[in-house]
Amino acid sequence: MSTAERVVVDPVTRIEGHLRIEAQTDESGRITQAYSAGTMVRGIEIILKGRDPRDAWAFTQRICGVCTLVHGMASIRAVEDALHRAIPDYRIPHNAELIRNLMIAAQYVHDHVMHFYHLHALDWVDVVSALKADPKATSALAQSLSSYPKSSPGYFADVQKKVKTFVEQGQLGIFSNAYWGHPAYKLPPEANLMAVAHYLDALAWQREAVKLHAIFGGKNPHPNFVVGGVPSPISVHSEGGRGKGPHFRGGQEATAVNVVGLQTVQNVIRMMRDFVDQAYLPDILAIAGFYKDWGSRGEGLGNFLSFGDLPSKSFWDTDSYLIPRGVVLGRDLSKVHPIDLDADAEIQEFVSHSWYKYSQGDATGLHPFKGETELAYSGPQPPYKHLDVDKKYSWIKSPRWQGKAMEVGPLARVMVMVASGNAQARELVDSTLKTLDVPVEALFSTLGRTAARALESKILADAMQGWFDTLMANIKAGDVKTFNDQYWDPSTWPKHMQGVGLQEAPRGGLSHWLVVDDGLISNYQAVVPTTWNAGPRDAAEQPGAYEAALQHNHVLHDPKQPLEILRTVHSFDPCLACAVHVTDPDGEELIQVKVC
Amino acid sequence: MQGPLIDTLVRQGVSRRTFLKYCATLASMMALPPTAGRAMAEALAAARRPSVIWLPFQECTGCTESMTRSHSPTLEGMIFDMVSLDYHETLMAAAGHQAEDALHAAMKDNAGKYLLIVDGSVPLGIDGAYSCIAGRTNVDLLKEAAAGAAAIVAMGSCAAFGGIPKAKPNPTGAVAISDIVKDKPIVNVPGCPPIPVVMTGVLAHYLTFGRLPDLDDKLRPTAFYGETIHDRCYRRPFYDQGKFARTFDDEGARRGWCLFELGCKGPVTHNACATTKWNGGTSWPVESGHGCLGCSEPDFWDAGGFYKALSMPADPLKMGTAAAAVGAVAGVAVSVANRAKKHRAQASHETTTLADLEK
Repeated sequence: MSTAERVVVDPVTRIEGHLRIEAQTDESGRITQAYSAGTMVRGIEIILKGRDPRDAWAFTQRICGVCTLVHGMASIRAVEDALHRAIPDYRIPHNAELIRNLMIAAQYVHDHVMHFYHLHALDWVDVVSALKADPKATSALAQSLSSYPKSSPGYFADVQKKVKTFVEQGQLGIFSNAYWGHPAYKLPPEANLMAVAHYLDALAWQREAVKLHAIFGGKNPHPNFVVGGVPSPISVHSEGGRGKGPHFRGGQEATAVNVVGLQTVQNVIRMMRDFVDQAYLPDILAIAGFYKDWGSRGEGLGNFLSFGDLPSKSFWDTDSYLIPRGVVLGRDLSKVHPIDLDADAEIQEFVSHSWYKYSQGDATGLHPFKGETELAYSGPQPPYKHLDVDKKYSWIKSPRWQGKAMEVGPLARVMVMVASGNAQARELVDSTLKTLDVPVEALFSTLGRTAARALESKILADAMQGWFDTLMANIKAGDVKTFNDQYWDPSTWPKHMQGVGLQEAPRGGLSHWLVVDDGLISNYQAVVPTTWNAGPRDAAEQPGAYEAALQHNHVLHDPKQPLEILRTVHSFDPCLACAVHVTDPDGEELIQVKVC
Repeated sequence: MQGPLIDTLVRQGVSRRTFLKYCATLASMMALPPTAGRAMAEALAAARRPSVIWLPFQECTGCTESMTRSHSPTLEGMIFDMVSLDYHETLMAAAGHQAEDALHAAMKDNAGKYLLIVDGSVPLGIDGAYSCIAGRTNVDLLKEAAAGAAAIVAMGSCAAFGGIPKAKPNPTGAVAISDIVKDKPIVNVPGCPPIPVVMTGVLAHYLTFGRLPDLDDKLRPTAFYGETIHDRCYRRPFYDQGKFARTFDDEGARRGWCLFELGCKGPVTHNACATTKWNGGTSWPVESGHGCLGCSEPDFWDAGGFYKALSMPADPLKMGTAAAAVGAVAGVAVSVANRAKKHRAQASHETTTLADLEK
C-alpha cells in the first residue's frame, strides 16, 4: 500500500456482538490511531429499575449468551452483598459456593476453548492450506506434542477428506471470502490440518462440557441461579419412593444432582482437564512457535486489573480466592495495588467519547453506585461511512481505575496471580516462555494475551477437582445444604441497601452495582470486562485497551484484508453485548446530529 | 438415495440405516407421518446445500451458542452436510468488507431461495440508530434480506416476540421480526434460548419439505410448542397429590416435589423442555430445581416475577373467590382451570399464554 487511509472493520466477526474498528494508517500501512466502537444498545439496566432484585439475575444473564453465567452470578452476588453489608452474619452455604466455583470454572474452560478454536484460530490457521498436508506427517507432529488420542494418520486423513469434499462442492459457507493464502499465515500445512481437526473436535467436546451447567443449572446456555445459594438441591440422601414410575420418583432420581448427575460432573471435570492438557495448551504452544513476532505487538496499556474470584471459603473472604484481587501498573510485577470498591474516585466511568450525557458535564467521572445513564446519540445518521472519532463515537463508556485505563481478562489475571506469588501461575508462565524461547516482555502482547487464556484454563480446570472433592466430602458427611432462605423474603430486608457483585468473567473483571429501596431496584449499573477493554478514549484522551493495543506496532500488509487487526482484537475475546447495555427511556426524544 | 450427504456419512462410517433412523426419529418427534422420515432423508441428502443467511440484531448470541449445543444433528453436521451457512457473524472467517461481500453474494446468488434466520429484536427508536452493522440499521438490513428470502426463521424470543429489549419500558423501541416483515412466511422459534434440538428440528423440517411446519397462532411449530411444560412434567404426579417444595433445599425440593409455589411458570408455558430436556438429555430447569421462567412465551419478562406463584385464572371460569388460596387446593384448581382453558383454546384454535393467565 502506498497512501495513508482510514481502514474500517465492521462487522468485526467471530466475536459476540456488534463491534466496529476504525484505524488510521500512515503511508507504510502502520496503524497510527485506532478507534473501537460498540454499535448496538438494548437498555437492560433501565429495564431493571423497579423490579424485584431476586429476578435481576435472569435479566442480566441475557446481557450475554456466550459468557452465559457470569452476569447471572454477578447479579446474585450483588443482592447477597447488599444483604451482607446490612446483616453481617448473612452467608450462603459452603456447598453453594463450591457449586458456583465449579460452574464458573467450567464456564472459563468451555469459553476459552471455544474462543481459541472457533473465534480466534482462523486468524492463525489457514484452512485451505490444510488440504496440502500429509496425514502421516500430521500424525507425527500431533504425537510429538501430546498424548491426545485422536492423532492417527487415518484420523487426519478422514478430516482432510471431509474438508476436501466440502471445498470441492464449491459452497464454502462460513469459510468463504476469508484471508486464505494471506502471507501473514505462517503455519505449515500439517499444523493447519491438526488445528482444523481440533476445531471440529472442540465443537463436539464443548457439547459434553456444558453438561456440568445442565446438572446444576438445568440448561446451557443461560443456566438458572437463585439469590441465597443454588437452585439445585442435592438428592443423594433423600428418602422417598423407589423405582422409575412417575409415582415413585422422588428417591435417588429426584433431581439432577443425584448420584448419576454427580458422576456426570466428575466426568466433565476429567474431560475438561484432558482436553486442556492434551489439545488446547499443546496447540497454543505449537502455533505460538510460528508467530513469535506477535510477542512484540499489541501490548496496549501495561496496566492490569483483577477483582479476584473463586473463593474456597466465601465471597466475602477475599483471602480465600484462587484468583487474587488487585492492580498491576506499568508492567511492574513487584507490586500489587489494592482496590477500594467504595471510594468515589477509585472506579469511575467516563462518557467524553460515548453517546451519553452526564448531569455534571461529560468531562466528569462517576462512581457506579452514583452512575447516570442518559443516552444522547450524536453519531452520524445511518447509513454512515465513518464515525466522528474526535467527538463521541461509541455506545461503550470508558471505565477508569484512579483515572487510569486498565486491561482486564486472562492476561491481567495471570499477571496479578504472578505478582501475588501464585506458584502454579509462575511455573506455567516460566515454562511457556522457556518453551517458546521468548523474553518476559513477550507476555505483554497479542501473543501473551492468547497464551494467558490457555494457562489460566489449566489452573482452573485443575482446581475444579479440589472443589468437587470437597463437595462430595460434605455430602458424605451429611451436609446437603445449598440454599439460605433466611432473608429470601424482601419484606425482611432493610428499607435501603446497596451492594456490589464482583466476578472474574472469562473476559475479565465484572462488577454489578445495585441499589435497593423498599425491596425494589432503584439503580443498577454493570461495569463489564469489555467496557474496560473496548471502551473509547476518556476525558484525558487516554485510549482504551483495544485502541492502545492496535496502536502498538501494527503494520497492515493489505488494508483490504485486515488480518492483523483481527488478531489483536480477537486476542481480547470481545463481547460487545456485555459492553453495551445501558440506555435511557427518554432517548427517543433526543436530537440527532448529522455529521456525514 | 444418493448425494453428498449420504456419501459423506458413509465415508465417515455412518450407515444408511443409522441416518434413516435419525430422520425417522426426528419425524416422529415432530409427529409427522412415517413416510416423512424417508422424505426427510432424501431431501437432506440433496445435491446442492440450500443457502442459509443468519443476521444478528439486538441479541446476546445465546441462540447461536444454543445451536452449537445440538447433539443431533450437530452444528458441524449441518454446516458440512445440510446447509450452506453463507453468513453468520459469530462463526464466519471473513470480517468487515469481506463479510459484507459474502452476504451480498449469497443474497444475489440465491435470490428468492435462501432461508433467512434472525436472532435478536429490531429497535425502531431514533430511526434505528440503536443498532447498526457496517453503518446500516438493523431494520434496513432486515428489509433488504427479507425481500429475497424464501422464508424467515425468527430464532429465539427476541426475534420472535421482542424479548428482553422489549421488556418494559422498552427503551429502544424494540419489536419482533413479524412486526416488520409482513409478506414472507415466518416461523417463530421462541425460547431464551430455544432448545438446541428444536432449532435444528425446525430447520430440518424446512429443508425436507421446502415449507414451514404447522404453526400455532403465534407462529410457533405445534410439534414443539403444542403442549405446556406442566402437561409433560415428570413432577406432575406430585402436583396432582398437592406435594410442593417450599424452599429451594427443603426435603420436598430434594425429593423432586412440584415447584409451583416457588413460581414455576410451567403450567402456562408452551415448550418441549420436559420431553426433549437439555444438553443431550442431561437435565432441564425443573429437574435441576428451579421453576420454569416461561421463556418461550411473549412478554414473559413482564409477567409478574419469577418467584411469584401463578395466580388463579379468575374471570373465565368464575373462580375468583379461590384466587387467594395456596398450596394443593390452588394447584389443583389451576390445573382444572388450565385444562378447561386449553380445551376451549384448542376448540377455537387459540393458545393459552402466560399473559392470558396472569391477567
